[in-house]
Amino acid sequence: MPLHVCVVGSGPAGFYVAKKLLKRFDFARVDILERLPAPFGLVRSGVAPDHPETKVVINQFSRTAEDERCRFFGNVCLGTDVSLEELRKIYHVVVLAYGAESDHRLGIPGEDLEGVFSARQFVWWYNGHPDGKDLPINLNNVETAVVLGQGNVALDVARILLRSPSELSSTDIAEHAVKALRTSRIRKVYVVGRRGPVQAACTAKELREILGLKGVEIVINEADLQTTDCDLEELQSSRIHKRVFDLFCKSATFTKCAGRDKQLQFVFFRAPVSLLAAEDGIHVRGVHLQKTRLEGNNPRKLVGTGEFEELDCGLVLKSIGYKSLPVPDLPFDHKKGVVPNYFGRVRSSDATNETERGLYVAGWLKRGPTGIIGTNEVCAQEVVTSIEEDVNRAVVSNLKEVPGSVGLESILSEKNKRYITFEGWERLNETEMEKGAVKGKPREKIVGIDEALAIGLAKEKE
Amino acid sequence: MAKKTRKRWIEVTFVTKEGDRKTIRVPVGMSMLEAAHENDIELEGACEGSLACSTCHVIVKDEKFYRMLKEPSDEENDMLDLAFGLTETSRLGCQVIAKPELNGMELALPAATRNFAVDGHVPKPH
Repeated sequence: MPLHVCVVGSGPAGFYVAKKLLKRFDFARVDILERLPAPFGLVRSGVAPDHPETKVVINQFSRTAEDERCRFFGNVCLGTDVSLEELRKIYHVVVLAYGAESDHRLGIPGEDLEGVFSARQFVWWYNGHPDGKDLPINLNNVETAVVLGQGNVALDVARILLRSPSELSSTDIAEHAVKALRTSRIRKVYVVGRRGPVQAACTAKELREILGLKGVEIVINEADLQTTDCDLEELQSSRIHKRVFDLFCKSATFTKCAGRDKQLQFVFFRAPVSLLAAEDGIHVRGVHLQKTRLEGNNPRKLVGTGEFEELDCGLVLKSIGYKSLPVPDLPFDHKKGVVPNYFGRVRSSDATNETERGLYVAGWLKRGPTGIIGTNEVCAQEVVTSIEEDVNRAVVSNLKEVPGSVGLESILSEKNKRYITFEGWERLNETEMEKGAVKGKPREKIVGIDEALAIGLAKEKE
Repeated sequence: MAKKTRKRWIEVTFVTKEGDRKTIRVPVGMSMLEAAHENDIELEGACEGSLACSTCHVIVKDEKFYRMLKEPSDEENDMLDLAFGLTETSRLGCQVIAKPELNGMELALPAATRNFAVDGHVPKPH
């Protein structure tokens, strides 16, 4: 008898779980739900346009989707189109892998001024995410941008602002974004961290790339590269941080070179206190920062020094972390922004060890918004092992008949909700690649939902 | 007089996460990632050998063979930084290329521990 599984979310978390389930159980039937017309989650909408090799994993995910035991349901949203309660009735196993589509807030004055966005919003905008295309961003009368945070997403957004638009125009960047970047007047980007280069969250590949960016001068205050004994201990115990710190040190010895008309400045030991309004009271005009210091040992504490300074800017991108969104009937830890779980089994609350039968989480919804694409492979292994244990112990009853796909189709047809199959996505994919080829791009992303649906839902030729 | 022929292939043993051993023949010049895939060994290769991920991470069991390998490039080291279960003799399988001196080499696939979420070694950046 088939094991009917529903995976909600078609990013790396969802696809690695689907792949491993299909390998583990010959009798698995896996349906993957995705609220957007196009699959692949952050591989499509998060990975930067100038990082095409990172997107190659899509080939593998496509092979999983093409397995005859796997079905893709695009344009189907958990909550609006089908409830969690309904899914748990019609499938033996439900795995929630819908990631983190919201942001941590700074919680400081001025955060809602115009010209202040989360890095996620900016990334969605340049990556052609359907929900990101109407971002009210104006690059024409801004000369300086401040990025708050120093992780890889912070470097991505800084790099897209500083890379020459002609280089970007041959990538899969959204057309509206490269058009705006061509007339951008941004010449200076600050990337600001509360702590020092020893604690920076970015990794070597991304830092190496941005330090070598053509036409961009790198500015780092040498005093920020001083290390304390505590810093040296931290560096010794972390290969990642040591190699990142070494890169910061090497870049500080670059002298000013001619032919660099843009500047990237790394600012350390500064915490944002407020975002300042221009005279119109509507637009952002600067960031008010407090100098910080690391004190103590194990754990080290970040303290304010009582000294302040300002950075003038017309654009602020907050890159301080993503956050997951709860859905009805789903236990949720609002503080951590994750679903409480025990090796992927959803716990009934964060105060109990009781778990919800047949309900699992994977990816950022399970672990929080950290890690790389490959992290999801290991995470998926853990979740699938839990599912296997539960199936073997008949905790998940695979003797009980449930309708699976047929049940889902019935719910959707009652609502007149049409879904995109994987073949429909392949049609959309072909169309994007054809449109891109004309412009020397790997694809021209179709950003409008209606246009995407029209292509994805078109009846197959007989 | 017998002509000395150069070996066109070497023997490599993969040790899987479960501890199972599989010895395969690898043509000189082929990467370990490609060889694993040709022999149905479950070595992930998300970026298909373009140095944009760390999923083909392998552990060279004998230091003697590890030292025979060409030093990793900055790009490979950048990816190794993020590899799960990194050791002193870790390499990316797509960058280890078969040559005669490596005959008899053993490569272990890193074991994913159940506690990966709590053992402190979670790759934080993304």
